[in-house]
Amino acid sequence: MIKVRVEFLGGLDVVFSKQRVHDLTIDAEELSMQGLIDYIVQNLITNKNDVDVFLEDDNIRPGIITLINDTDWELEGEMEYEVCDGDVISFTSTLHGG
Amino acid sequence: MSWVRPTDPVNVPKKLKVSQLCEICHSRKAVLKRPKNLQKVCKECFFYVFETEIHNTIVSNNVFYRGERVAIGASGGKDSTVLAYLIKLLNERHNYGIDITLLSVDEGIVGYRDDSLATVMRNQKQYNLPLEIVSFKELYDWTMDEIVAVAGIRNSCTYCGIFRRQSLDRGAEKLEIQHVITGHNADDMAETVLMNILRGDIARLEKSTAIITQSKGSPIKRSKPFKYAYQKEIVLYAHYKKLDYFSTECTYAPEAFRGTARELMKNLEAVRPSCIIDIIHSGENLVLKDENERKKKQFTKNKNQEKATSAKKSTFVDGNRCEKCGYLSSNKICKACTLLADLEKSRSKITLENDTSMEGAARVMRTLEHLSF
Repeated sequence: MIKVRVEFLGGLDVVFSKQRVHDLTIDAEELSMQGLIDYIVQNLITNKNDVDVFLEDDNIRPGIITLINDTDWELEGEMEYEVCDGDVISFTSTLHGG
Repeated sequence: MSWVRPTDPVNVPKKLKVSQLCEICHSRKAVLKRPKNLQKVCKECFFYVFETEIHNTIVSNNVFYRGERVAIGASGGKDSTVLAYLIKLLNERHNYGIDITLLSVDEGIVGYRDDSLATVMRNQKQYNLPLEIVSFKELYDWTMDEIVAVAGIRNSCTYCGIFRRQSLDRGAEKLEIQHVITGHNADDMAETVLMNILRGDIARLEKSTAIITQSKGSPIKRSKPFKYAYQKEIVLYAHYKKLDYFSTECTYAPEAFRGTARELMKNLEAVRPSCIIDIIHSGENLVLKDENERKKKQFTKNKNQEKATSAKKSTFVDGNRCEKCGYLSSNKICKACTLLADLEKSRSKITLENDTSMEGAARVMRTLEHLSF
C-alpha cells in the first residue's frame, strides 16, 4: 500500500471534480510516476474529454509544472521516479492568464 | 473561491548525491533547474537569484526614480501577485524610495473577475498596500458580460484588451500616478513577438520588447519589470513562497488568438527552454529600416498602388487625442469610443429581445460547456 498526496493547482482542479487535494492509497508494492499518472487519468478525471487538459501525447502537457516533494520532477527522473509512501506530488498549470 | 495553501512535503531524502546539490551553494538539495541556463538551484538560492535578477533589471533600466509614485496593475493572478510582493520587498531591501499602490480593473465578468478581485483584496491586507478598483461599468457603462452578450464571445478579448488598457490609465490618472507597472513576463513578451511576426505587424514588432513604454504626450508610462522572468519561475516563486494568487482561466479566453501562440511557445520551451529569452533577444535586436527609406523602396517597386497606401499610413501619428473622450489616440476617434458606439447600436436590440439581466453570462457559458447529451 502506498499513500500519496496529489495536488492540482493553478486552476487544474477544474478537471478533477474541483478538488485540489486528493489523498490516494494505491494498492501496489511499487509505483512509478508513470503508474501514478495512469491511475490519476483512470480514476480522478471525471470527464474523459478533459484528459487533454492534463496530458499531451501521453506526457504531462507542456506548461504544467510537476513537483515531487517540492522538487521539479525534471530532477527526479520524471516518469521513472519511484513513488514513496508519504510523497506529496503537485501539478500546477501555468497556462492561465496572469 | 478561497485559497488553499500548498502542502509542505514530509518526505525528506536521507542521503543526497553530489549531483543533487544546488550549483550555487553546494550544500542544499536542488529543487529546480532554471530554464534560462539549466542551472540546478535550491529554494533559498532560487529566491536570492530571482529577486536579484529583477532588482538588476530595474536598476539597469532606471525603471524608478526616488520619490516616484507607482501603481501596480493587479489582477490577483500569479504574475501581478508576485510582482506586488516582490516590488514591495525590493523597495524595502534596496530602498528605491517609491510609493506603491495596487490598481485593479473590474471588467465585470461574473464567476471570474469577482473571484480574482477577492484575491487582490486579500493581497492588499497581506502586503499592506493601498488599493484602487476601477470598473468598466462606471467608466463605460458596460460590463464584459453585457458586451459578450451583444458582440459575441469571439470578439471578447478585443473589447476587454482595449478597455482594460484605457481603464488602467484612467485609474492611474484618478490617483495622480504617472507610472503603471504590469506583471508581463518573459513568456508574454516572447509570445507577443511571435504573434506580431505571425500577423506581420511590423509597426508593433519593434516597440513590443521595450521595458518602459510611453506614448508621446501621454502622462502615464508603463513598465514591465518581469520582462526577463520566466513564467515557470514566477509560478514556482509563488508556490515556494506560498503566495495567495488566483488561478482560473478567463471564461472567454479560449477563443483568443493568443492561445495558439502560447501553445507554440510552450512546445518550443519543452524542446529548448532558453528559446523564450532567445526570442525576446531577437525581438530587441530587430530594428526596422528608416520608415522613409522603406517607403522609397516600395515606391519604386510599385508606383501607383503605393501612393494610396502611404498616404493612409502617414496619418498614423502618435500623440493625437480622441475627439469624443479626449483620450490619447492615433485616430480621430479612439478605439474604445469606436467600439462603444457599435455596442450602443446593439444595446436596444438586446434589451428588447432579452429582458433578463446580463449578469452571469460567464457562469452560464461555463455550465453550457459542461452539458452533454
